[in-house]
This record gives sequence, C-alpha cells and structure tokens, in this order.
Amino acid sequence: MAKTIEEINEKIRQGKAVVVTAEEMIDIVNEKGIEKAAKEVDVVTTGTFGIMCSSGIYFNIGHTKPRIKLGGGKVYLNGVPAYAGYAAVDLFLGAAALPDDDPRNKYYPGDFPYGGGHVIEDLVAGKEIRITAQTYGTDCYPRKFLDAYITIHDLNEAVLFNVRNAYQNYNVAVNSSNRVLYTYLGMLRPKFGNANYSSAGQLSPLLNDPYYKTIGIGTRIFLGGGIGYIAWHGTQHNPNVERTERGIPKGGAGTLAVIGDLKQMTPEWIKGVSVKGYGVSLAVGIGVPIPVLNEEIAFYTSVSDEEILAPVVDYATAYPNREPDVITYVSYKELKSGEIELFGKKVPTSPLSSYPKARRIAEILRNWIKEGKFLLTSPSAPIPGVESGVRFKPFSGRELLGEVTSK
Amino acid sequence: MRTERIVLHFPKELVDKPVIVNLVKKYGLDFNILKATITPDAEGVMVLEITGEDENFTKGIEYLINLGITIQPLSQDVIWVEEKCVHCGYCVSYCPTKALSRDEKTYLISFDSQKCTACGVCVEICPYNAMEMKIFV
Ligand code: SF4
Ligand code: SF4
Repeated sequence: MAKTIEEINEKIRQGKAVVVTAEEMIDIVNEKGIEKAAKEVDVVTTGTFGIMCSSGIYFNIGHTKPRIKLGGGKVYLNGVPAYAGYAAVDLFLGAAALPDDDPRNKYYPGDFPYGGGHVIEDLVAGKEIRITAQTYGTDCYPRKFLDAYITIHDLNEAVLFNVRNAYQNYNVAVNSSNRVLYTYLGMLRPKFGNANYSSAGQLSPLLNDPYYKTIGIGTRIFLGGGIGYIAWHGTQHNPNVERTERGIPKGGAGTLAVIGDLKQMTPEWIKGVSVKGYGVSLAVGIGVPIPVLNEEIAFYTSVSDEEILAPVVDYATAYPNREPDVITYVSYKELKSGEIELFGKKVPTSPLSSYPKARRIAEILRNWIKEGKFLLTSPSAPIPGVESGVRFKPFSGRELLGEVTSK
Repeated sequence: MRTERIVLHFPKELVDKPVIVNLVKKYGLDFNILKATITPDAEGVMVLEITGEDENFTKGIEYLINLGITIQPLSQDVIWVEEKCVHCGYCVSYCPTKALSRDEKTYLISFDSQKCTACGVCVEICPYNAMEMKIFV
C-alpha cells in the first residue's frame, strides 16, 4: 500500500512516524523483507560529510555611512578575495578562493593554510572577519575604502549556496606514475601505493534514491547543522551513466545544488580544509530524508556498501587527460575494509569523507523527524532523471591555441 | 643510510666557523637546517636534519663533538587535536607505525602517542589540521 508525503507528515506531527537511518534500513529489509519494511518504515534518513569544493556563501553587509558601492570594486575577507560583481553591498565568497599572496604550488606541494572555506568556517563560528575594500566613488555611493571587522551577526542575509554537492558516487583515485601525486583525493603514492575514495556509500543521499524519485527541487534537508533546501540539480549533474542492475550509477552521476541559512549552521558541520598540493575547500555535512512512499523506494533505500561499485581511475594519466579509462570497479565494502586488490596486489585505501560524521547526520535528522521538528516536503519539481537525456558535456569551446599544453 | 634530527649547541668561538659545511665536504652528509638562532649570550643553537651512510654519520657527529659542540637528539611530539578531527580516517593508511588507527565498528579514529615516531606524514596531509607537530629544543 502506497503512502503520501502528507500522510507521513501527519504521523510525524503525532510523533508516530517510524524513522530509521539508511544503515538501519539495510538490516530491516534483510530481516523483514521489502513488503513489510515499506509498510512499517515511513522515512529513511541519509547523510554525508565530505570536501565539497563547489560551495560558497552570499551575504549582505548592510550599507555603510556614507555609502559605498562594493560592486565593481575589490573586496577581501581576512585577505581572501570575495566576488563583488553584485550591487552595492552584496558579496559572494567561494570555498576555493585563495589570498592573492598565497604561493599556491610555487613551493610544491603547496600548503594552502587559509582560504575561502576557512573564512566560511570562521564566520559560522562567530569569529571576527576583517573586511577590506577598495572601489570607485559615485554621486550616490561616495565612499571608496572600507576596513572593518564584521561577524556573521552583523550581516543581513548570510546564505550558503553550493552549486554542486553530494555527488552520487565518485572515483577511487590511484597513481601509476613513479612520483607522489597531490590531488583533491589526497596524496597518492607512486606505483599504485594507495587508493583514495570519497563517498558515504550506503548512507549517501543520492545512492539511496538512485533515480531521484523523491529528492527534488525544494526538498528540505539537513545542511551544515541547520535546515536547508535543495535548490536545483547540481552542476555537472549526469544521470545518464552506466548503472548496476539495481540502478546504482557506477561512477559520479547526479549532484545537488543546495541552499540554506548560514546563521543556523555550526562549525561542527561546516569546516574549511587545506588539501596539500591542491588548494582549499569546504567540508559540508548534508542529510536528506527519503519518504518511504512504496516498496520500490523501500528497496532503493536498502542498498548496502557491497552493492555500490566505484571506478578506480589513474590520476597520473587518465584523469588529468580526461581519458575515460577505468582500471576496475570495487565496492564500498571493499574500500571500507582498508584495502582493495589491484593487479593481484593489496593496496591500502583511505577515505576523504567521514563515515562517522555521515552516520551522525543521519541520526540527527532521524531524531529531528521523530521529535516532530522536521517535516518532509514534496519536491516543487523533479531534478533531471535518466529520461531527461541530460548529459554532462566536456568543454567544447573553440580554443585559440592549436595545442593544449600539459603541465 | 640514516636520517636524524639533532640539536647542536655551539660555543661562542665557533658561531662564525663553517663547521656544518665540513659535514658535507669531509663526510658526504646531507643536511637540512630546520632552525638556527644565536642566544643572547652569543651561543649558537641549530636544529639539523642529517642524512648519510651510517659510518660517515658517526664520524661526522664525532667531528662535531671534538670541536666542542654539544649534541642532543631532537624530541618531537605529535599531538592529535581531537576537536578538530572529523574522523575521516584519511591519515590511517599513511601512518607507518599504526599510531593512528580506526575502530572497525564505529570507524572512529584513535591516536596512540606511544607508537608515534613523529614522522610527520599525518601532520602534512590532514586536511583539517588536526595533527600538530610540537618541537622541543
Ligand atoms: S586525516 Fe585528520 S581529520 Fe581525518 S581522521 Fe586523520 S586526523 Fe582526523
Ligand atoms: S607522525 Fe607519523 S607515526 Fe606519528 S601518528 Fe603521524 S603518521 Fe603516524
């Protein structure tokens, strides 16, 4: 018997909803079967906590006296450049932004000690941030300089708006070359010395709803410790990839754009990171509730690590050159065991995303729903599924140079 | 081959002599100066990382001692700043001594400072800055 979101919300209001995490759902379906699980369980909560580079905040600092027009000027937050291409006092700061004087990889591998992600974390933590701005004057906005300390409490709106988060599955990175590589998937030892991955696997939101049947635009979620929403499908959303029999993409596929009030968030779930030799970024905690509307959804939410395969990709050759080669596929069960087998050899694995934090997010969201603090939403519109034909295209601009230079 | 980090205390009269260069010239040792200062009473203190063949290494150290330089091993300590750690587990497979380990059920990380040799790998790679190197001279 199918349920509606309204029926489930009514149960949540009455404190009668049965809410379990995606991990707990695996055991329930194993023990009771799909049919019974679909009847008994109303909501499955998911979670993920990892480095999500396409994250950023927009915020409004209020008008100074006399007024200043930051739009068109240059603005720095603790030395990190913010985007000032909006109106007078609206700014955007991306997680990967670096101070102009950061040496980057000039001293390879660079340390990237402080950048956009750290400013965002410091703001969330309530710390004072130094804003310096230089711009041009107009008759209506005469002021040209600003040097001040601000905190998140001084801001009008402060909104986390991440254009691509929560990747549905991802690569496992290895290195065939003779030297150490520093990538966004961490330090890769030469000659397949290690293999790094980054997904919560069986707890990951989009792996529990592989065809986006319940997750859509407007879905209310756990975001950085507060309540957020899915704004759109994320950039590089790519539903049309090879999938396993149970519909799980065999590599990076769907993505989400998410939005939420930064003022509700906490530094426990929003953290600046420094990835050696690569850059700065932001680690974000996201949890998405999945209403168990019918048996099909109960089935999808029962997915376990051994049923999710990730492609092993060589970050010495295939990845930088955008070649499609996949060395092999391994399951998250193998990855989480601490080693995988490659070419008959044991290779140690390292996760970049935190499974304990993903688990905690799923539990917090479960508790919010159980306590009636968090109601489910029906999406306003779906995100593009397989039938949409949407594909992630490679760069197709007309380059002016005849050849592409490699590093 | 052997690499050691040591602290040298130079008496006044040696501060401006090219003793370190002789480690390369006479004994073929590689060195890296990690820190060099002159104390207010004009004694020089230098933290060096020296690499070379075992035999040359011993000879080089003897040479320094004969010049009147006192030598101590550098004690380093790596600290796990638990409140910064997100328990991603990224560092675990890089730790050569299993000082960093993961609980197979909870996936939580723990740090056993007794097993840590302060190799510094985790300090270098932890994206959250949760491993800190403290150097005591
Ligand atoms: S890499 Fe850093 S944050 Fe991750 S488990 Fe190790 S110490 Fe903790
Ligand atoms: S310093 Fe080296 S030995 Fe000590 S915990 Fe870190 S990686 Fe392990």
